[in-house]
Amino acid sequence: MPIIKVENLSKVFGKNTKAALQLAEAGKTKEEILKETGSTVGVNRASFEVEAGEIFVIMGLSGSGKSTLVRLINRLIEPTTGDVYIDGENLAKMDKKELRRVRRQKLSMVFQRFGLFPNRTIMQNAEYGLEVQGMSKEERAKKAKESLELVGLGSYLDQYPGQLSGGMQQRVGLARALANDPEVMLMDEAFSALDPLIRKDMQDELLDLQESMKKTILFITHDLDEALRIGDRIALMKDGNIVQIGTPEEILMNPANSYVEKFVEDVDRAKVLTAHQIMKRPETVNIDKHGPRVALERMREAGLSSIFVVDSKRVLQGIITADAANEARKNEVKNLSEIIQRDVPTVEKDTQLHDLFAVIHDSPVPLAVTENGKLLGIIVRGAVIGALAGEGEVNENA
Amino acid sequence: MLNFMENVEALPVADWTANFVEWLTDTFAFLFDPIKDGLGDLMDMITSGLDAIPPVIFILLVAILAFFMTGKKFGLAVFSIVGLLFIWNQGLWDQLIDTFTLVLTSSILCIIIGIPIGILMSKSKIAQTIITPILDFMQTMPAFVYLIPAVAFFSIGVVPGIFASLIFATPPTVRFTNLGIRQVSEELVEAADAFGSTGPQKLFKVELPMAKYTIMAGINQTVMLALSMVVIASMIGAPGLGREVLSSLQRAQVGPGFVAGLSIVVLAIIIDRFTQNIYKDRK
Repeated sequence: MPIIKVENLSKVFGKNTKAALQLAEAGKTKEEILKETGSTVGVNRASFEVEAGEIFVIMGLSGSGKSTLVRLINRLIEPTTGDVYIDGENLAKMDKKELRRVRRQKLSMVFQRFGLFPNRTIMQNAEYGLEVQGMSKEERAKKAKESLELVGLGSYLDQYPGQLSGGMQQRVGLARALANDPEVMLMDEAFSALDPLIRKDMQDELLDLQESMKKTILFITHDLDEALRIGDRIALMKDGNIVQIGTPEEILMNPANSYVEKFVEDVDRAKVLTAHQIMKRPETVNIDKHGPRVALERMREAGLSSIFVVDSKRVLQGIITADAANEARKNEVKNLSEIIQRDVPTVEKDTQLHDLFAVIHDSPVPLAVTENGKLLGIIVRGAVIGALAGEGEVNENA
Repeated sequence: MLNFMENVEALPVADWTANFVEWLTDTFAFLFDPIKDGLGDLMDMITSGLDAIPPVIFILLVAILAFFMTGKKFGLAVFSIVGLLFIWNQGLWDQLIDTFTLVLTSSILCIIIGIPIGILMSKSKIAQTIITPILDFMQTMPAFVYLIPAVAFFSIGVVPGIFASLIFATPPTVRFTNLGIRQVSEELVEAADAFGSTGPQKLFKVELPMAKYTIMAGINQTVMLALSMVVIASMIGAPGLGREVLSSLQRAQVGPGFVAGLSIVVLAIIIDRFTQNIYKDRK
């Protein structure tokens, strides 16, 4: 069962909500609706599900409705229509008391400008969520301290937020959100106010934390690189509509429409694509069965100057060049193991494109892509350049 | 033709008001009398309490308090000593205590009444729409006008003076409380909500602490306005420095008038600096 389930969720700002919703349903644009009714459609019939333990990124430019959407989920903004289920409970239809209970136990939020209380110490900030639940002083101090230690701020307990750098302040924000052990964390542009370097650190740290804690995270960002980096799945928003939902690769490789295409145009593909996605099916010979003659034959058929050698279990053994094979045939060498070049440039299948450059740069032969020693595919220089240029369908064998 | 107003009878607004106040006086006499007695007793108590302290000790206490409140600086402490010694020297000590009691009591009442109203305004658009023009009215109506119903309700003396001060001096506290709460950054309010705070938790843990400095600025204004009412209130029999100013005016005695006026200025400066320092550089 998905932990967050959003169904047909809409928000209209303004008076004429019914008319605006009808127009939105009829496919009118935000501007047209504003002109006709004077109301702004913030979010238009959003539907999606988030599984437990997933990092689901909602990504869009400013004004796309992403911040509104996240606030509809914990009802900081009242939905106009639609349902939000957290753990099967419909937040949209709850009374205030129930809503408070869910907010205290199941949801927490991290804010773009940190949202720390400047009159409270770091410790008191981290305690806030527990304090409003009425938890005893000792217990909440213990939990708050634990979560502050988790984000590496164990020695700043008595400082005030104003005394900390932006990155540290956001760690406090994170600790406060973690302290009440929520099932779902809503992170609204949590790292957008930080310097690029610190932002990257925080992304890494979040991924590390996520590894051990397995929270469900709804992460809002306007930064596509960030979305691709941390998202298990991404929902792209434009003008209040969700345009596409998919894994980072799906969004990059199969943009749903020209908007998404344009959006992903400038992405640093080198950091998103992995060896697995750009490799080709390899031509191979079997070291146990074949001799130089077969190797030469296969190279000629495929128009190659070298061929990879595997054993019967497809474990990579090495590579044979055409020259060596030719020599071997003349000298009547039967066994491939005598002419094989064992030293082959190899990468794991999850290696980022970014890290392939150095390896492929001065290698005369293609790269071998392996998993547990088994040859999965090969990468030629052309494929790397093609993927960087944004050619679709490079992954023929995926 | 252009003078058609000659043929229109004046609307009896004055009569209506008079009738209304009379009705109020008769109807709520059961309320006004105990207020008058209770408040009068309270003020007598404060006055006699303050009077029991010998001036020397009083002045010393003020100076020590001033020294520590201003962050161990001598400026305000020295000024307080010199200023208060001057007032004592001029034989106006009792009047000073009377005036101080009046300002203290009306300021406290203003705060007790003003802050909740300000909170109400900040939470409700409707309340804000209704209360704002009332506050404008209270502040722009000449303060003397309040003396008339004040006397009707509470006869003459110190209590009607407080009543008039209350109407005149409450608005800044209300306004600044409202403003302060509305100015709390939206993200902090969202944070309070997102973690499941109840209304009172949000108010006391987030909004009021964040609005504290703004509210204190409003209270400072309120106290100064209350002080400015002491001369006016003396017209209906409130005792204190104001009465000295008034009687000098009636007898055209410029010397005593100046001395009493100067004493009010000294008191004003001391009170102002004290209330300002309550909310300044605490962090």
